[in-house]
Amino acid sequence: MDVSASFSVSTDGNGSKQEPPHVLAVDDSLVDRKIVEKLLKTFSCKVTTAESGMRALEYLGLRDDQENTLSSNGSKVNMIITDYCMPGMTGYELLKKVKESSLFKEVPVVIMSSENIPTRINKCLEEGAEMFMLKPLKQSDMKKLRGQLLKC
Amino acid sequence: MEVGQLQRRFLEYTASLFNQGLLDGQFQQLQQLQDESNPDFVVEVVSLFFEDSEKLLHDLTIAIGQQTVDFKKVDAYVHQFKGSSSSIGAQRVRNACIAIRSFCEEQNVEACMRCLLQLKQEYSLVKDKLQDLFRLEQQIVEAGGAVPMLE
Repeated sequence: MDVSASFSVSTDGNGSKQEPPHVLAVDDSLVDRKIVEKLLKTFSCKVTTAESGMRALEYLGLRDDQENTLSSNGSKVNMIITDYCMPGMTGYELLKKVKESSLFKEVPVVIMSSENIPTRINKCLEEGAEMFMLKPLKQSDMKKLRGQLLKC
Repeated sequence: MEVGQLQRRFLEYTASLFNQGLLDGQFQQLQQLQDESNPDFVVEVVSLFFEDSEKLLHDLTIAIGQQTVDFKKVDAYVHQFKGSSSSIGAQRVRNACIAIRSFCEEQNVEACMRCLLQLKQEYSLVKDKLQDLFRLEQQIVEAGGAVPMLE
């Protein structure tokens, strides 16, 4: 897993207006990971990338064999953005795991896909995805996301 | 060659790549993301794309050349290639991928092989052009100029 962000300093319970949002970006494509990371950083986000759903769960401390305690990593994640089509665990399956967890079910999850398939989109939205974005991502997509992130 | 001439040449070359459909707006998105904090962003992403692509083409050649072609596998590779080429704006490479996918669906090995050849040609072409473009950029920087952006 490539971790491209340092851990955030812990704040008191009230959330921090000063601190940049921390986004966990999940994609099996190295090219896409690099691009989404730059896009997010351009919009002042702190970014951690993961190359698979499994790695993402590991980072959040949600993997089946990990203890269900608050990991210092995951507690600071403000949003998860994940590709849909990934080998092993799909973005949809990752979404389900996140929404099933008591710790992270409130974290907004955005699904990205290169394919515009309405049934796929609806399935993800029904499972609790905040948004569905069509790849390739553009700066205007990030602007939209950032507007979303400011809410939480 | 002086900076102004180099810059004009660069702009003309870039414009020609767009006009020929080799690159699309997504490439410009990448150029717009490049800044002082990451002045080599485009070269870095495109280099990753080249590495990725070469491996995919290799795997695709093997997969399509099998006695019994596993079309699911071929489709998976092509899907990946379609994604990465789309992400960097390599339009014609992406279109060549789309063509292979439709023949995968039909399970037409010969057509897949023909399309793979086409894909290799398109990839080779855009790779050469991008490398030329980066060389032009380098010349501008070495001559002390700034790399202009196509509007």
